[in-house]
Amino acid sequence: MLEIRNLHAEIDGKKILNGLTLSVPAGEVAAIMGPNGSGKSTLSYIVAGRSDYTVTAGEVLLNGEDILKLPPHERAARGLFLAFQYPVEIPGVTTHTFLRTAMNAQRKTRGEEELKTADFIKIMRAAADKLSISQEMLRRPLNVGFSGGEKKRLEVLQMTLLEPRFGILDETDSGLDIDALRVVSDGVNALRSKERGFLVITHYQRLLDYIKPDSVHVMSNGRIIKSGGPDLALELEKHGYRDIVANAA
Amino acid sequence: MAAVLETLETVKSVDVDAYKYGFVTDIESDRAPKGLNEDIVRFISAKKNEPSWLTEWRLDAYRRWLTMEEPTWARVDYPKIDYQDLYYYAAPKSMSGPKSLDEVDPELLRTYEKLGIPLREREVLAGVQGARVAVDAVFDSVSVATTFREELAKSGVIFCPISEAVHSHPDLVKKYLGSVVPVTDNYFASLNSAVFSDGSFVYIPPGVRCPMELSTYFRINEQNTGQFERTLIIADKGSYVSYLEGCTAPKRDENQLHAAVVELIAHDDAEIKYSTVQNWYPGDSEGRGGIYNFVTKRGDCRGANSKISWTQVETGSAITWKYPSCILRGDNSRGEFYSIAISNGRQQVDSGTKMLHLGKNTTSRIISKGISAGRSSNTYRGQVFAHRKASGARNFTNCDSLLIGNACGAHTVPYVESRNSSAQFEHEATTSKISEDQLFYCMQRGLSAEEATALIVNGFVRDVLQQLPMEFAVEAQKLIAVSLEGSVG
Ligand SMILES: Nc1ncnc2c1ncn2[C@@H]1O[C@H](COP(=O)(O)OP(=O)(O)OP(=O)(O)O)[C@@H](O)[C@H]1O
Ligand SMILES: [Mg+2]
Repeated sequence: MLEIRNLHAEIDGKKILNGLTLSVPAGEVAAIMGPNGSGKSTLSYIVAGRSDYTVTAGEVLLNGEDILKLPPHERAARGLFLAFQYPVEIPGVTTHTFLRTAMNAQRKTRGEEELKTADFIKIMRAAADKLSISQEMLRRPLNVGFSGGEKKRLEVLQMTLLEPRFGILDETDSGLDIDALRVVSDGVNALRSKERGFLVITHYQRLLDYIKPDSVHVMSNGRIIKSGGPDLALELEKHGYRDIVANAA
Repeated sequence: MAAVLETLETVKSVDVDAYKYGFVTDIESDRAPKGLNEDIVRFISAKKNEPSWLTEWRLDAYRRWLTMEEPTWARVDYPKIDYQDLYYYAAPKSMSGPKSLDEVDPELLRTYEKLGIPLREREVLAGVQGARVAVDAVFDSVSVATTFREELAKSGVIFCPISEAVHSHPDLVKKYLGSVVPVTDNYFASLNSAVFSDGSFVYIPPGVRCPMELSTYFRINEQNTGQFERTLIIADKGSYVSYLEGCTAPKRDENQLHAAVVELIAHDDAEIKYSTVQNWYPGDSEGRGGIYNFVTKRGDCRGANSKISWTQVETGSAITWKYPSCILRGDNSRGEFYSIAISNGRQQVDSGTKMLHLGKNTTSRIISKGISAGRSSNTYRGQVFAHRKASGARNFTNCDSLLIGNACGAHTVPYVESRNSSAQFEHEATTSKISEDQLFYCMQRGLSAEEATALIVNGFVRDVLQQLPMEFAVEAQKLIAVSLEGSVG
């Protein structure tokens, strides 16, 4: 479903991805772990199409289609979703308006009808309730003054509403309290299906207790240096990255 | 919220450089000979069958104008205007004065239909939202139709072309005309006083809340013709009126001059809310053509506890020179100015307001949102003044600029002067850019670059949009998206 082959990328002349290869089949959850600065967020930005990075080699296929030439909104319309490590504030635009605009923009790109207001409200209410997001919060400008945990919950709400084919979660667990971690994980698990794939970036095994991955990958210096099953995360939790990184060098 | 979606629709459906209202109506017109002299002033006055006091008033303005210099202090740059190379009067030939709607040239009715302005009251009533707005439509130099007049007359409201008010309500016109913007006020106001052709006249009697929104739609059609309309609104004691002005013009390669004067008078406890959606042709992306908009708008809070608020959405014109102001004369009176000024392409905007606090405990509030894109220049120029006697005067000013791209400029020029130590003035200003992070975030959620820009800009101007009457807020929101066309990428 998501195929990344030998990806090299740089920004401002600095090489950040150095031949990264990773494959996530439909129906699976892959977890990426790795030291700070290893390029995890960069990878998620490049897959989503952020324009300030230059891809110098390699390809990214979503459902067999090379998406590197597509602008971000067309990747989104094809079902790619990124839950940001640092969600962005948009003053003056209510969360409610933003959600509806995004849903309809994607529908339009796909040639579908716009959602009726009443239907939108119904869907949004139900999804927000499940994630313990209050209606009051949805009337506030997007992410402005939201706490770290509120922002993360809102990312998952957006993912729930947009029903993507492939979701990338970049440290969605950081900043969440214990209850929120469970609520958010339940939200992600509810979306898991045979047709969907996920890439979960995290520093902690704790999240993987809730969202059980099919594969775990260690990233260092812009490459995947080790892959394995769920046990690999437990091993990392015990021993840290040092030995693995040293062996790879 | 639906408006945001419509905004997005509009962005998609319009090409770069496409100004939707740029068509020309093929209609025969009656014009004064080119150029300006005392005979032309007399010609205009005679066309309107004016009483001699008004002819003299015009001539006086003309003679004073001859002694004045065109102002140069604004941050705008344009070639010298040849005032002798313009026509000062043009009227559709089929219309020598306002008649009933049935007699209006069908070509004219079609023009207003294309602009989305319903002149037939039946159609207005059949409108989906059922919002009723009385309209005065001014085509080049004359008013072609004013709707809902009879219904308004029932509550004593007078809403008619000013050329007609001169005859039907001479006392009111004589008393108030030039009482807020004197004939010698400034170069363009004097010119307007000499040659003004038509415009709207509104009088709201004591204690009356005007039962519907009033609005005037100005359309410049003729080539090489200046438009000089004059609007006079009087809200008598304890009355209320909300008034909206809209403007469009065809796309033409040469520049067209528009020098209007608007005077508002609010007596004790009266309130006037004046909203403008200005969408004159802005010129093409190379700066060819477009309207020169040199406008004097001033409100006089003459009575105690009176209130005047200006709300403007400025997206059009090649050059904008405009400072809607309030003279806060009555004790406890209040002035407000809410502005969205968008410039794109080669547009130049120098706009702002003046709040002159003369009475005790007068308050004013200024919220200005400037958005510059393309290679445009956008200046906010504001003056807040407290007279020696204005104890307890208060002003709050908030002035935000948003830049799109690297080739445009934004400037803020505040003048603050207080002669009373108890006056309190507060000023806040910010300048920001639409960040790459914001654009990427929106695009990741499915919005195109243009949709994302429109959404972010609509968020930026939200405080001001909320001040507009509902239907016009929707219109303004669409306009914002259209005027930002081609500003990204
Ligand atoms: N614009 C830039 N210019 C130079 N270096 C950059 C730029 N953007 C990112 N980097 C660098 O790229 C590297 C990878 O950053 P990235 O954010 O992808 O790391 P990460 O693995 O997500 O880290 P963390 O676990 O802390 O979130 C870092 O060293 C970072 O400083
Ligand atoms: Mg990161």
